[in-house]
Amino acid sequence: MVVETQIKRFDSIELESGVVIQPVDIAYETYGALNAAQSNAILIVHAFSGDAHAAGESADGQRGWWENMIGPGKGFDTDKYFVICTNVLGGCKGTTGPISINPATGQRYGMSFPVVTIGDMVRAQKMLVESLGIKRLLSVAGGSMGGMQVLEWAVSHPESVASAIPIASTARHSAQQIAFNEVGRQAIMADPDWNGGEYFDSKPPARGLSVARMVGHITYMSDASMREKFGRRQREDNGIFEVESYLRYRGSQFVDRFDANSYLYITKAMDLFDLANGAQSLVPVLNKTRTRFLVISFTSDWLYPSYQSLEIVNALRRRNQDVAYIELTSSYGHDAFLVEVDEQAELITGFLARSMKDYSRA
Amino acid sequence: MKGEHGPLVHELFGRGDYGLISEIVEPGSCVLDLGCGEGELLAWLADNKNVDARGVEISPAKLQKAIARGVSAYQGDIESCLADYPDKAFDYVLLSQTLQEVRYPKQVMQDILRVGRRAIIAFPNFGHYKVRLAHLLNGRAPKTKLFPYDWYDSPNIHFLTVDDFEILAARERWQIERRYFLSGTKEIKAMPNLLAEVAVFVVSHA
Repeated sequence: MVVETQIKRFDSIELESGVVIQPVDIAYETYGALNAAQSNAILIVHAFSGDAHAAGESADGQRGWWENMIGPGKGFDTDKYFVICTNVLGGCKGTTGPISINPATGQRYGMSFPVVTIGDMVRAQKMLVESLGIKRLLSVAGGSMGGMQVLEWAVSHPESVASAIPIASTARHSAQQIAFNEVGRQAIMADPDWNGGEYFDSKPPARGLSVARMVGHITYMSDASMREKFGRRQREDNGIFEVESYLRYRGSQFVDRFDANSYLYITKAMDLFDLANGAQSLVPVLNKTRTRFLVISFTSDWLYPSYQSLEIVNALRRRNQDVAYIELTSSYGHDAFLVEVDEQAELITGFLARSMKDYSRA
Repeated sequence: MKGEHGPLVHELFGRGDYGLISEIVEPGSCVLDLGCGEGELLAWLADNKNVDARGVEISPAKLQKAIARGVSAYQGDIESCLADYPDKAFDYVLLSQTLQEVRYPKQVMQDILRVGRRAIIAFPNFGHYKVRLAHLLNGRAPKTKLFPYDWYDSPNIHFLTVDDFEILAARERWQIERRYFLSGTKEIKAMPNLLAEVAVFVVSHA
């Protein structure tokens, strides 16, 4: 299925900070068809470096980042469900972000772009979903930073979300997660080409952004998966280790598709996110939601360890909230949520079918 | 005990206690099944009795199947998971064929009666005459249809009888609202401590 990313323009969006961005563009794609009762809409929310192109094939042959999970007969079955995916606010793939032109100045925002939060990303998604005529989503689903948006949806718009699927995610970043993000940010800002975020008329901070991405990729894998994939093998042509070659390739590839300032803004949004707003317990904030949850984590994910998913699950259980939870066995580390398709698809298929029954009943 | 769902349930599960439980649980209630396995019973209750079905299961493989059935099951241990639930969170808490496997059965019962308005407890009766005979005649740890394990790999760590449960219930002031005794899928009316393979108790706080 060939899909094209759509862009919808809205007059403005007010951020949690009170700052207004005007206008604001939101990039999105949809798959499948909305039913007459408008009860089959699912919002997919992407991880840090994702975009609106979640499924299908774009005109230039790019497959969606969750193509193996979304489509006819797949986990998110587009024969049954109407699936929407948007690029996050602050991103660089069509939705307004630091790379966009500020109409007030005629220049790109760069570092003058306001600080955005996970809550702001959800506000933008809510605007788009409403503009498509959908009042209540059957489900919101996503991994990693996507899972944070899922949680934010369930808490800030409980009446608009029947079910939620946060995968390999957390209600708030740990010091370790903030630490890795900070290394990435410092790598970018230490590159002279970054130039305070003003690099649009010259060359972007490719070395810094590339190093940031290399660190990121290490955290997405596991000791076992790296041993399996690379071991100590060396390339025959230039003698460097396979793992070095892989990271360099991923780093340089990332430079071509991602904006360095967006990296700074989005990682900061992740670090600032705290579902409990500084409180110790998640229980009070989850009091608002009536959403049913499917929470998934992975054994080898040391970046978003299972204890973070369990914290969400246990808070929901303390409220006697409807929650299913499983820790899937995988050696792929944090990447598992993109790789372990069969088990996730089976879980999600059953969970969505039951959610659909409940939705119609409610 | 013949309910309208009886034959169907018996066919589905082939387990007498499951059939009984499915008949006892009232439509529309909120049910927690401790050790829900692959979620067959909960899925059946959700589909046929409009039950809000929750489960706890320790085995990841079984849990995977339960969630795939649409059951809200959670990966956890029976003895540690109950503490998190609020008081009277469930209309029924089910513990089927597991009481004899937990480390602290009395504590588990107390926790169950805290989080549930009612408990439905099914367990194999160690007082069954075949068990008694196996022990008496062989002089070895009994191995029967009901207790098919060798002593060294049995999950059963407590061997209670129908009378044992009744005595503990009386001492702890648990109210036994209903009691059923089964041999296979057949109900036993007399001498349950001797003749019942499985006992099913509906218990609440006095």
